[in-house]
Amino acid sequence: MLKYILKRLGISVVILLGVSLIIYTLVRLMPADYIDQKYSSQLLQGSITEEDIQRFKALYGIGDNSFGGIIGGYFKWLGNLLTGNLGESFKYEKPVATVISENMWISFAIALIATVLQFLIAIPLGISSATHQYSVRDYTVTVFTMIGISLPTYFFAAIVVKIFSVELGLLPASGLIYASKDYAANFGGALLKFGDILQHLVLPILVSVLLSIGGLMRYTRTNTLEVLSADYIRTARAKGLSEKKVVYKHAFRNTLIPLATLLAGILPSLFGGMLITEQVFGIDGIGNLAYKALREGDIPFIMGYNMFLAVLTVIGTLFSDIMYSIVDPRVKLR
Amino acid sequence: MQESKEFEKDIAAETQEEEVTYKEMSPLRLVARRFFRSKLSIVGIVMIVAVFLFSFLGPVIYDRWGEEEVDRTPVKNQFVYTYTQTDADGNEFTVTEVLEHVSNINSYAPPGGAHILGTDDKGYDVFSRLMYGGRISLLIGFIVVILETLLGVVLGGISGYFGGWVDQVIMRVVDVFNCIPTLPILLIASAVIDSWHVSADQRIYILMVIITVFGWSGTARLVRGQILSLREQEYITATEVMGLPTWRKIFKHLIPNVMPQLIVSMTLGLGSVILYESTLSYLGLGVQLPKAAWGTMIATANDPQVLSYHLNMWLPAGLLIVIAILGFNFVGDGLRDAMDPKARK
Repeated sequence: MLKYILKRLGISVVILLGVSLIIYTLVRLMPADYIDQKYSSQLLQGSITEEDIQRFKALYGIGDNSFGGIIGGYFKWLGNLLTGNLGESFKYEKPVATVISENMWISFAIALIATVLQFLIAIPLGISSATHQYSVRDYTVTVFTMIGISLPTYFFAAIVVKIFSVELGLLPASGLIYASKDYAANFGGALLKFGDILQHLVLPILVSVLLSIGGLMRYTRTNTLEVLSADYIRTARAKGLSEKKVVYKHAFRNTLIPLATLLAGILPSLFGGMLITEQVFGIDGIGNLAYKALREGDIPFIMGYNMFLAVLTVIGTLFSDIMYSIVDPRVKLR
Repeated sequence: MQESKEFEKDIAAETQEEEVTYKEMSPLRLVARRFFRSKLSIVGIVMIVAVFLFSFLGPVIYDRWGEEEVDRTPVKNQFVYTYTQTDADGNEFTVTEVLEHVSNINSYAPPGGAHILGTDDKGYDVFSRLMYGGRISLLIGFIVVILETLLGVVLGGISGYFGGWVDQVIMRVVDVFNCIPTLPILLIASAVIDSWHVSADQRIYILMVIITVFGWSGTARLVRGQILSLREQEYITATEVMGLPTWRKIFKHLIPNVMPQLIVSMTLGLGSVILYESTLSYLGLGVQLPKAAWGTMIATANDPQVLSYHLNMWLPAGLLIVIAILGFNFVGDGLRDAMDPKARK
């Protein structure tokens, strides 16, 4: 087991090197140059010259855009990474690691609530859909969850905002707090602020839960159907157990085995933020920050964010493989 | 209750068939029969056909407005503002201000009249742009999925069949592409194309290539897994004994047996490619103006005015995306059930 994990970790390093090289090259080829954008107005006014800009670029390490320059820049980035330094974000003017860890938690809170709700809703739906295969209930659940998978996030968000914020005026459409409100600096004010944040989070969470139920529900349904046709379920029924006991005690546990593989995808989605959802609802989570950085050519932050996601994916995959061999001893890791 | 009825119907159908003919059913017919038994698959097919007819046949029938044709009928808008003021003596004044504004472009026209679904902010006809946008989305979807499948089958096939260091190398490449976060990298790559200053038409082709490059790894993994398990089966040992050439073993005996899973993943993949394309267009990094795309049409809803008062500009595009993707998902799901070898009958 230990040997397997070590081998996988070794392979992961190779994979991450490949990932970082591809992303770095592409990012360097991006036209949105941070320095050009930042100093364009000053250049027009004539307060700085083209040479100054070139010097700034060299200072930031993005001056030479030839093949050799990009490779050199990559190794410089890699060297910094080995000393634990992800570089300094151009846009936010702070170390990338700090920016990520500061803004990760609001994304994490949204994702955590959304994931818990998603599991609580999707698994019972999937099981009841499987035990009532081809019934009206099965078809209704299937159709609605499939509509959820098919809806583009930004479109569903627009509809939800239109209904709940514009028409009904129930919930705020974007941001985290009311900009016009003053919060007292005491406990009551903090409580009020917390309540407002919760209110602002209702719509984003609603959108991400409804859109992600479908996949998990179909997965649970397929697994449950498979387990229900197994021999030991027939035995349990033949023993004269009640249907309730057969489904929830004997079948349910085994339907959870393949769900262990889902852990691979959960890790990045828990910590990585939701780019589109955060962008649409104007929440300054890590996803939205990455989108803005991308738009402005903030190379260190884009690199840091993408590598963060890639590392989470690698760890998630490894974790799910190990989990799978624990919950299902028949699976052998080599 | 319903189940027993369907069962009776099945029995009836079977006995009837047995009376008429003793022909054995081909596997393809069996799959088709199981597929059409599910109502959702039929609904899915109807949806896909509807979207196809709308996008490809629609512009032929509804040719009043072209894709990039701006409605240049001058429009006179009258704005009436009333102000009520009270002066120091307490008298109330009412001032009515009438502003007349003549615009050379008929933008934000309401649905009805010359435009079935009105016009958008630039004076384009929304209805005809929906149809042209559908053409682009479906075209991108199909071409990308076909390219991804070709790439996936070749690389996954080689990797699974030969094994050893070839397998190691290809699978590590697959892992690399698998670990790259899809949406961010697509955004970065699209931004890179911006600097090439290509025309809107060429950009669509480049977009297809990008989505393919960052999307083939799943197919390769699927094909490799299938071939690994098929390779151990006896009929492949038989081909070995018969001395068949390698290419024949791969393309005549292994790949056809991967087809069922491949077709399912292609159908489901179509939906996700359309989703990615529309997301890119929504963020302004996909299909560019003046070309029409569903994603860019929904992006107009970012303007609160449009979101609230011009539903005709963004709602139909979103509904069409949902219909298209839902159609492919229903069909894909139906195919998966129909092709499942463990299924009865």
